[in-house]
Amino acid sequence: MARFVARRLVSMVFVMFAVSVLTFLIFNVIPNGDPAVRMAGKQPTEEQIEEIREEWGFDEPVYEQYVVTMRKLFTGDMISYFTQLDVVDEIIKGIPRTLSLAIGAAIIWMFFGVGLGLFTAMRAGKVSDTLLTVLALIGISMPVFWVGALMNHYLGFELGIFPNGGYVEFSESPVDWAYHLILPWTALSILFIGVYSRVLRSNVLDTLNEDYVRTARAKGLSERRVLLHHVLRNSLIPVVTLWGLDFAVVIGGGAILTETVFGLQGVGQYAADAIGQLDVPPILAVTMFGAFFVVFVNALVDIAYAALDPRIRLESDSASA
Amino acid sequence: MSAAPLLTVEDLRVQFQTEDGVVKAVDGLSFEVRPGEVLAIVGESGCGKSVTAMSLMGLTRGPNAKISGRAMLRGTDLIAASESELRDVRGNEIAMIFQDPMSSLNPVHKVGVQIVEQIQAHTDASDEDARAQAVELLKAVGIPGAEQRVDAYPHEFSGGMRQRAMIAMGLSVEPDLLIADEPTTALDVTIQAQIMRLLRKLNEERGLATILITHDLGVVAQVADRIQVMYAGEIVESGTLEQIFYDPQHPYTWGLLGSVMRLDRERTDRLAQIKGQPPSLLAPPEGCKFSPRCPHAFDKCSRHPELEDRAGDGAHLDRCWLGAEQKRSVRTMKSGEIGLEAA
Repeated sequence: MARFVARRLVSMVFVMFAVSVLTFLIFNVIPNGDPAVRMAGKQPTEEQIEEIREEWGFDEPVYEQYVVTMRKLFTGDMISYFTQLDVVDEIIKGIPRTLSLAIGAAIIWMFFGVGLGLFTAMRAGKVSDTLLTVLALIGISMPVFWVGALMNHYLGFELGIFPNGGYVEFSESPVDWAYHLILPWTALSILFIGVYSRVLRSNVLDTLNEDYVRTARAKGLSERRVLLHHVLRNSLIPVVTLWGLDFAVVIGGGAILTETVFGLQGVGQYAADAIGQLDVPPILAVTMFGAFFVVFVNALVDIAYAALDPRIRLESDSASA
Repeated sequence: MSAAPLLTVEDLRVQFQTEDGVVKAVDGLSFEVRPGEVLAIVGESGCGKSVTAMSLMGLTRGPNAKISGRAMLRGTDLIAASESELRDVRGNEIAMIFQDPMSSLNPVHKVGVQIVEQIQAHTDASDEDARAQAVELLKAVGIPGAEQRVDAYPHEFSGGMRQRAMIAMGLSVEPDLLIADEPTTALDVTIQAQIMRLLRKLNEERGLATILITHDLGVVAQVADRIQVMYAGEIVESGTLEQIFYDPQHPYTWGLLGSVMRLDRERTDRLAQIKGQPPSLLAPPEGCKFSPRCPHAFDKCSRHPELEDRAGDGAHLDRCWLGAEQKRSVRTMKSGEIGLEAA
């Protein structure tokens, strides 16, 4: 297991390196004029521009520029062209908001997705199954910016049951924190609940036909134990993979729409603003941040996957031996 | 052999409603199993032998299944029993081992855990006790290093070891009846012999009644006390091992015996086989169900024969209209083929 984890971590470093090089190349290719001119602000002198050019190493070869930029990114010296604010500080400010949104929503959609999936699989072919299937399809078909805007308008603005956007720190008031996040969590979860319940339903129906489920029944186990211990455990394996990947994608930019609709001021909204202004340093930093999360959670998923399915653990251990 | 039957099955019928019509998978089956005996149920794929076994365990129940008849096990009718009554029987009084040990164990749980959960489903054993029992059981079925192996996953076992583990699991609550559904079909020949010897040994040591379901008469010859030959959902011949092997009455049995490869006969160009396909269970033939494939069929075969003592040889029953002497004269043996062709 330790070797499995170590190998995943090493490969993660390689992927991160590749992503940073690609992002940096895009940063250099993107047609935004001379970065030094943009960074110098309004009406700069030649000396100021030259100073920036030298400081950022824009006159150096590309590989040296890469090293300098990466150093700036990791030491927190990178500033936005547009706001002149430190990019890493801004991202760190947004992280709790984005994480609050993503973690809460991921728990909600996993819980309801699995619950609904199991329920509809047990009721397969009955009226309740058909009804929930239609509901799931409606949920899958509703875009988050539309649902979010409707919720925000009717439940937040017109009825005033929920706050009309905004964010409260968890440390300030956990109740207010959750209260402000209920609508964003719901809006973000609806699509995933629909998808997950469909995926789990079909996984459960497949697993029910497995020989080992027949064995479990033949052993005289209770139906509850058969379902939870033998059917669900095996049906969950692909869903857990999906969960990790979707979670990473939501953190690494997938929540842009939700954050913008509800004005959460998270990392996603920061990226959306930066893209609108062609503000390259934040774009670069958020891309790196997103890539980091996708790769990191991917590694976590692989580790969780190995814990869930012993066959994978052994195969990769023996493959490396 | 004269002990009271452990299991008495009377007129078992299992039908499945499908899109194409009603499949009569088991059509009026009656038999008995006595303590300590090995009863083999033999037939081709799709003859209803597995459905019979699964129905005794209540594993074929479902919205599309219609099951009737009686199966009395110690005063309990398994066909009429409620789902919770059946749960007490399953794994506790009747254990079942399946054809494919590769897929019959749950890949994500340790072998020991899967044995322990069966013990704990039927007894109040503590975790340590159940685990200790699991180790003992694995030893009893001949798994080396059982103390370590108990914590292994199924994929770390070979096919033969998995089937041993399945048997250990089946034996864990000391059942009275073991149903082995093609227990050696997925294993190679040397392992097959080991598993059959193990089953025979357990049967003798523990007085365990065994129903052995197989299509392989070679396997049957090693262990069975009595044999029932099934064709198209019904028994066509039933008798002791000696009666079936040395005085087979039904042409279908001759065909099955003729299909066994034998080292003591001259090699033929091709393996003997029964011509034609097993009949569709949606619309089985009128009269004798084997008659469309039978080279000896005559006008009387359009009527359905009852399972009766026709050979005059004690408990040797069959469903063939041919006279006993006629049978003995037409079932000539020729290059491994037992007279299925008309002489």
